[in-house]
Amino acid sequence: MRNNLVYRLHIDTPLLAGVIIMCLLGLVVLYSASEQSIDLVAKQGLRMFVGLVVMLFIAQIPPQRLAHWAPLVYLGALILLGLVLLFGTGRGVQRWLDAGIFRFQPSELMKVVVPLTVASLVAKKLLPPDLKTILLSIVVIAIPTFLIGRQPDLGTAIVVAASGLVVLFFSGISWKFIRNSLFFGIAIAPIGWFAMHEYQRQRVLTLFNPDNDALGAGYHIIQSIIAVGSGGIFGKGWLNGTQSHLEFLPERATDFIFAVYCEEFGLVGVVVMLLGYSLIIARGAQIAFYAQDTFGRLLAIVLTLMLFLSVFINMSMVTGQLPVVGIPLPLISYGGTSVVTVMICMGVLMSIQTHRRLVF
Amino acid sequence: MKSFGEIRDSNLERDIFLNRVILAIVAIILMVCLVIIRLIYLQVYNHQHYTTLSTENYIKVRPVAPPRGVIYSADGVMLAGNRPSFNLVGVPEKIKDNNALVYELSQILDINESKQNQIIKTLNTATRFTAVPLMTDLSEEQVALFSVNSHKFTGVAVEAGLSRFYPLGSDTAHLLGYVSRISNNDKIRLQDSNYAATQYIGKTGVERKRELLLHGKVGSKTIEINAEGRLLRVVDREPPVPGEDLRLTIDSKLQKKAASLLRDLDNLSGSIVALDVRTGGVLAIVSHPSYDPNAFANGISPELYTTWMNSPFRPLFDRSIQGQYPPGSTIKPLLALVALENGLSASQTVKCNGWFSLPSASHRYRCWEKEGHGRVNLVEAIERSCDVFFYSLSNDIGIKMIHTVFDRFGLGKATGIDLPNEEKGLVPSPEWKKKIKKLPWYPGETVITGIGQGFLLATPLQLAKLAATLANRGKSVEPFIIQTEQLALSDKQQSYDISANKNLKGNDRYWKVVNDGMVAVVHSSKGTARGIGYTSKTKIAGKTGTSQVFSIGQDEELEDEDIPSHLRDHALFVAYAPPENPRIALAVVIEHGGSGSATAAPIARAILDQYFTRKVDAEQSSLSATY
Repeated sequence: MRNNLVYRLHIDTPLLAGVIIMCLLGLVVLYSASEQSIDLVAKQGLRMFVGLVVMLFIAQIPPQRLAHWAPLVYLGALILLGLVLLFGTGRGVQRWLDAGIFRFQPSELMKVVVPLTVASLVAKKLLPPDLKTILLSIVVIAIPTFLIGRQPDLGTAIVVAASGLVVLFFSGISWKFIRNSLFFGIAIAPIGWFAMHEYQRQRVLTLFNPDNDALGAGYHIIQSIIAVGSGGIFGKGWLNGTQSHLEFLPERATDFIFAVYCEEFGLVGVVVMLLGYSLIIARGAQIAFYAQDTFGRLLAIVLTLMLFLSVFINMSMVTGQLPVVGIPLPLISYGGTSVVTVMICMGVLMSIQTHRRLVF
Repeated sequence: MKSFGEIRDSNLERDIFLNRVILAIVAIILMVCLVIIRLIYLQVYNHQHYTTLSTENYIKVRPVAPPRGVIYSADGVMLAGNRPSFNLVGVPEKIKDNNALVYELSQILDINESKQNQIIKTLNTATRFTAVPLMTDLSEEQVALFSVNSHKFTGVAVEAGLSRFYPLGSDTAHLLGYVSRISNNDKIRLQDSNYAATQYIGKTGVERKRELLLHGKVGSKTIEINAEGRLLRVVDREPPVPGEDLRLTIDSKLQKKAASLLRDLDNLSGSIVALDVRTGGVLAIVSHPSYDPNAFANGISPELYTTWMNSPFRPLFDRSIQGQYPPGSTIKPLLALVALENGLSASQTVKCNGWFSLPSASHRYRCWEKEGHGRVNLVEAIERSCDVFFYSLSNDIGIKMIHTVFDRFGLGKATGIDLPNEEKGLVPSPEWKKKIKKLPWYPGETVITGIGQGFLLATPLQLAKLAATLANRGKSVEPFIIQTEQLALSDKQQSYDISANKNLKGNDRYWKVVNDGMVAVVHSSKGTARGIGYTSKTKIAGKTGTSQVFSIGQDEELEDEDIPSHLRDHALFVAYAPPENPRIALAVVIEHGGSGSATAAPIARAILDQYFTRKVDAEQSSLSATY
């Protein structure tokens, strides 16, 4: 086993297989969603390749070193976020940093960096963490959450905050603490409502009654639900989604690509896609189980869970169960930063799995 | 490093972790169930409902293009308007065989071969699900023929729309510009939602400069269509807000007259600009040769566009604001003013022997009058356009002072008129030459600047502005073209005020001398433009100009006929009238037209005649109307 080239490259074969299957599925759906644009598919394919290279690179770094460097990585990512607020580009909102040949969203990176940092913090001492560590972790989570909220990107801010809080949850903080925090959260929720941008409030309101605003904010959700519903059990077939192609469906290559998929491949297709994701998620959970130290275990389970949460949020959003918060479907939605972020997570998982001292 | 390096794994830590992971797994399973249940609800339980919504009745919001604002002349004549037109559109997805379709269409509509290929190409390359225009501006007969046979053509329909048209055609082409199909470049500079239904956009002239005002605001209609894309009913509509109508300062009759005068010159190119002296409003602005802007409005054929682009006469080029010419002798009145301002006495004389040379140099700068004008004073020098007088004068003043005053009169900078892509002209200075040409300034260059030659360049519009400013005795005139009130204010802001200069405005004597000289040009027996003075109905103050395109050697003698036409002199004439209470100022530039007095001056007189005759007519008719 140890002489195997795949092992020496720190590749985890089941994980790699899952990732490649989902990438290929993503390109197939994108071809239809992009009005059969080979250009777009090629561009996304290239990004996926870049992502795979990044994944391999990350897998070479032992988890201990990742933990050691976590504070530095965190600071660096914070600086990038600050730069976005100062020099960022984007329509109406500032999410992008222009690095010359490519543009990327530092806020996406935070989805990995925040859990990494929090995990390295709590793993330093025996679990469960003491109050001091918890408060420090909350500060570590709050700063990037606030900065991303200012861009404004509500969806990503929530996911980043959740990714950090989930680490605390797995580190075993007491239920009493969790309960008190929840009460506190509910108490300050009205303040959050007023701090939201008008369009964000609109989205929350529209969630509860999309028909109210059939031609405005609710239009996206209604059209998306019609696409999903009309797909039926077996779907209309690849490239045959009328709803998707007759200009009804907005953002059909990015956030709403799942609707295109549902319309063309039906319920059967969705089950296949969920099986593909479960391959990755199950392997991630397994890696967490086998991990030999607290840091690796925490990080592995949280990254796995966050991937699942992205899938869940995006699917719920497209099927009208959650507000439209702009979370892409991992590895399927068109967009480079999201792909690379997922690949980084996969690289970290591989690193945790392949750098174990003892093999069970 | 130490705490991570060792395997530190107490049972307590593992237990806590496992407990929480079990909780998480339960949560994950619940959430997956939630998604699956939702999907079963939508895709199985309610499948029929959504299929109905998706395949039988679509609700669509269609953008509706706003009608473009109409452009009127000052006398109320429509210069640019909209007329109903019919276009043939097709949805590629619904057409089975493009070649067969085009063949069938050509059977009833008479389509030539290149157009047929163009339609096939359009269908092959367009997005599959959206309607694309196949033919524009169908005749009524074509519409009728298609309607009778429409059952044969699935996916093709006739759509009514509005086409831009320009009643005066080529007479207003450069001024108004034209609208044409929105290009990818345009899309970048637009807010796309407002142009969702718009097919055409202003490309040049007023149409481009005031695109945002003329365009209006997009409307929408909510319609229900079936799977074939056929309209079932209109559910709701929000009418578009039509574009703003614009009223120009243009006098349509004068504009037409100016255009026809240039047309009559056969193969010569040129430009005429006439301004209202009191307001700065442009009365007429023409560039020749011109083109038919209506050709663009219905989609210009590539062949025609190439012809225009490659024509050596450059019909698309707007000479009135982009053509830059050496102003020649038309600049002399302004130089006279500079000299007076700097202490030259009006009675001071210079002896003209037919040439001038700088001290200690042998080069002879020749006067156009080979025999010489004899002794002339300032008024006579303007009247007869004596080059030697102005050679010596500009040599005395120096290039620095000339540059300062020319600059103050707006030469060498854009007038800021309401038209795109205006050129600035050029007022040279030693600094400019050093920076651009990397060469020192020679005294001889100051000398020839005195007769408007050398590096000096001005557009016809700048020359007209200069004439109007002279007519106004130094009060700056800012040319503008659109009367609509909200524009008038913002346009005035960039004006620079010559009247701020006390020296120029204060001394009426100086202005009188220059004015006398310019009146003498037309109305004295020795004036260079006396040919038009004999018959002119109004008194005119003017100045001829003949600017060299290439230099004739020291002692060569060439008659006009011997020189190839593209090397002949430009003919210029600037004027204002009437001299005591000026109302109109104008500039005429005829490229390679020979001499200013022979070619340009008669055109100026014809324009002024037209302007003043009509004024009299208007007054008489208003009188007769009261009786």
